[in-house]
Amino acid sequence: MSTHASHKKRTGLMDWLTTVDHKKIGILYLLSGGFFFLIGGLEAILMRIQLIKPENDFVSAEMFNQLLTMHGTTMIFLAAMPIIFAFMNAIVPLQIGARDVAFPYVNAVGFWLFFFGGVLLNMSWFLGGAPDAGWTAYAPLSTVSAGHGVDFYVLGLQIAGAGTLAGGINFLVTIINMRAPGMTFMRMPLFTWASFVTSGLILFAFPALTVGFFLLMFERVFGAHFFNADMGGNVLIWEHIFWIFGHPEVYILILPAFGIISEIVSTFSKKRLFGYSAMVFATVLIGFLGFMVWVHHMFTVGLGAVANSIFAVATMAIAIPTGVKIFNWIFTMWGGQIRFTAPMLFAVGFIPTFVMGGVTGVMLSVPAADYQYHDSYFVVAHFHYVIVGGLVLGLFAGLYYWYPRMFNRVLNDTLGKWNFWLFFIGFHLTFFPQHWLGLMGMPRRVFTYMSGQQLDTSNFVSTIGALLMGAGTIVLFINIIISASKKNIASADPWDGRTLEWAMPVPTPEYNFAQTPLVRGLDALYVEKTAGNGKMTPAEPVGEIHMPNGSILPFIMSVGMFISGFGFIYANWYAAGGGLGIVLITMFLRSVIDDHGYHIHKEEVEADIKGGRA
Amino acid sequence: MINNEKVGFYEVMRKWLQKGRLLSLIAMLAILLTGCGDPTLSTLVPQGDVADKQFQLMLISISIMILVLVVVFVLYFFVLIKFRKKAGDDSMPEQVEGNHMLEILWTAIPILLLIILAVPTVMRTFEFDADAKPSKNELSLKVTGHQYWWEFEYPKEELITSQELVLPVDTKVHVELTTADVIHSFWIPSLAGKTDTNPGDGSKNYMWFDTGSKEAVYKGKCAELCGASHALMDFKVKVVSKEEYKAWVSGFKKASASTGDADGQKVFEKNCLSCHAVGEKGGNTGPNLTGFGEKEKIAGIMDHSKANLKKWIKDPQEYKPGNEMPKLPLSDEEVDAVADYLMELKLQ
Repeated sequence: MSTHASHKKRTGLMDWLTTVDHKKIGILYLLSGGFFFLIGGLEAILMRIQLIKPENDFVSAEMFNQLLTMHGTTMIFLAAMPIIFAFMNAIVPLQIGARDVAFPYVNAVGFWLFFFGGVLLNMSWFLGGAPDAGWTAYAPLSTVSAGHGVDFYVLGLQIAGAGTLAGGINFLVTIINMRAPGMTFMRMPLFTWASFVTSGLILFAFPALTVGFFLLMFERVFGAHFFNADMGGNVLIWEHIFWIFGHPEVYILILPAFGIISEIVSTFSKKRLFGYSAMVFATVLIGFLGFMVWVHHMFTVGLGAVANSIFAVATMAIAIPTGVKIFNWIFTMWGGQIRFTAPMLFAVGFIPTFVMGGVTGVMLSVPAADYQYHDSYFVVAHFHYVIVGGLVLGLFAGLYYWYPRMFNRVLNDTLGKWNFWLFFIGFHLTFFPQHWLGLMGMPRRVFTYMSGQQLDTSNFVSTIGALLMGAGTIVLFINIIISASKKNIASADPWDGRTLEWAMPVPTPEYNFAQTPLVRGLDALYVEKTAGNGKMTPAEPVGEIHMPNGSILPFIMSVGMFISGFGFIYANWYAAGGGLGIVLITMFLRSVIDDHGYHIHKEEVEADIKGGRA
Repeated sequence: MINNEKVGFYEVMRKWLQKGRLLSLIAMLAILLTGCGDPTLSTLVPQGDVADKQFQLMLISISIMILVLVVVFVLYFFVLIKFRKKAGDDSMPEQVEGNHMLEILWTAIPILLLIILAVPTVMRTFEFDADAKPSKNELSLKVTGHQYWWEFEYPKEELITSQELVLPVDTKVHVELTTADVIHSFWIPSLAGKTDTNPGDGSKNYMWFDTGSKEAVYKGKCAELCGASHALMDFKVKVVSKEEYKAWVSGFKKASASTGDADGQKVFEKNCLSCHAVGEKGGNTGPNLTGFGEKEKIAGIMDHSKANLKKWIKDPQEYKPGNEMPKLPLSDEEVDAVADYLMELKLQ
């Protein structure tokens, strides 16, 4: 069909700017997510230094509010989500036996939109001040906030959010359509399942946020009054819209971590996942219930006893599938041969920490008691237990686990253990005392506290813990630098893996599988290791492989959005229109340029197989 | 540590749970948690009926949760120790698919535990929501949040004060909450949980609390991020005897704007009165300063002294960034006079 197929090989920077290869996009996500993670972490440490003693003046009140807003926003949207997308990109196509995602071009668009959205948001630091209304941006604080900080928040996240939505849709289509023969839904690895459910949550949750951001943008940029009570608006609309997005967002973040933990616990116990179908069902159920509990963020808003009680019970219900997961992980290890490698250490650390965050979550679901917990440090402790103790430990585990597959190198296991212990101990030192701070009457988001309220000791301990977490993260970066400077090429299957992402040599060929594999059961590679010859059985003969061409258009399109974002922030309609013009032109070009991709010839593939490269 | 109120609470628990062991666990927890923190600020040292019931709910939920934690942790550590790979043992473990009995068990037991938790949850949630609106016969309050201070109106007594709430002991207080600007949240941890103040008449909130039997000064906080000085939006709740309360109300209503300090009064009337009221006269965009000489704090945060008052008047932004009070072009003598005047404003 495609007789005009042509291919221009790009190298160096241009290769990275134009790539549509899911493996490279995964690396781009990981690098930029990692960069924003460092910025968000630095913001956290500055805040903790300010709070090390009462009435401290390390940073000003205004600066503290910018730090707390940017810390939350950066960590959620620009660090956690992209790193999740990094693993989804790097691993999901491999785990289902696909050659790429369904829409490689859209994948690149999604990444560059996120990247430029994040850069736009962080430009605010240099252009008159960052947003200061909290990551929740409650109106009317956000609508009356002076300067352009909140404008950067709205436009930056709107652009990044569009990228996330594109990514979510892409993975839904990929997982539904591109599974290898035999890879039925109930044979998919748990990480792929989690990515699937997370993508579904993105599909339904992000549009709510998009709408909310448009309302807020209209209010701030064009003088609308959606949230202005004096003009007949209602501030609660924002809270509802935000949390209708915001609660599913929590599960968008944690489900992939559940997936990662499931893979790692199973691999390093040498056992199949205990209660696989229950795990799948629990994942889906958590995703479903995640949409019905948003009011538990709003118990003190005054919605009344009926609403509060209904949402309380719905929230408690989530504890049940979550509990199922915890027990299934423990029983996966039961009777196994547990190897405490660095990734397993993080996974093992995840379990009790997440349980602790989970039980405080159930406590918070009790509205009458939440009137005391709400917006206090107790809540800060709770969500850091689930997001840092849960998600971040999960991401570290995933990084150590999949690093050989992504970068063809192994991270040093001893340094990995140092990383774990420093971070883990630091984490509990930071956040455990915060439960007490909240119960003892310390509200959250305070830039200082008076002495003589018995809050000093716990705050001091908490800050020391934060510094330890910082030290743990530095060890990780030392580890990465050391591994990058050495030529220790990883083996293809360093952990005795059970799933398809370990079934090809390193470096992973650009077409992933020379021949699409035939999947004969859950833990496809393990099945072949025990019941076959240790290799995947091909489902097709060696043939030509059709590949997509790279393109610079996604990058240019995102630059257009970036310029347009600036235009809207400063109400400069030339820039706003011009930027959108660039976007439209790239869309037009994409539509009219006939690019059929290219073929890798049968002979090349055969040579790769012979040479052990595929 | 355990006073009479707590013993009453244990009786209730006994009826509810009928389980000796769980009871002793809760008792241990109560002893562990009570006394944690500042007794005028901590939710763990409840002083009024509402805070006490909220503390009970905390104890119930913490007890159930500790039960869960213990089970999980015991299993977890057992597994980690028992099933670690031994050197030289390369055998392949049995690949277990699952176990229906176990899976039903760890689905059903949590459901049961959650039902136990849900019953008091729903009960108390309705109890705190019921009957919160202003009452004809009982004490009613109108609380308005401002960046960054609190306005307290006693509609029946027809008086408005700020920053310091004076209330009689053992009284149920009905509160109507609103805001003059952004969302704040009204929180007196020792007496009751928080409720937000939403802008707009359609989103007014109501709550109630009980002042408890102790005469004390409790700390109040704003619990919703409301701008730069959110952390400094503290207020005080003075719970006094019923007689003292009556005397305070009548004293407040008789309070006049004139003290001995005529110079200071002149400066005040010229520069401050458009925002701050004293007695009958004055604006209402800033805190009402009637009886200012008897307050606990200046601007809600600084110790009550003339020196601090002068510092505050000279540069309000330095001590509460982003607040609405302007830095007035007053001479040192004028500041001194107005500070003298304010410190002498006492109720009769």
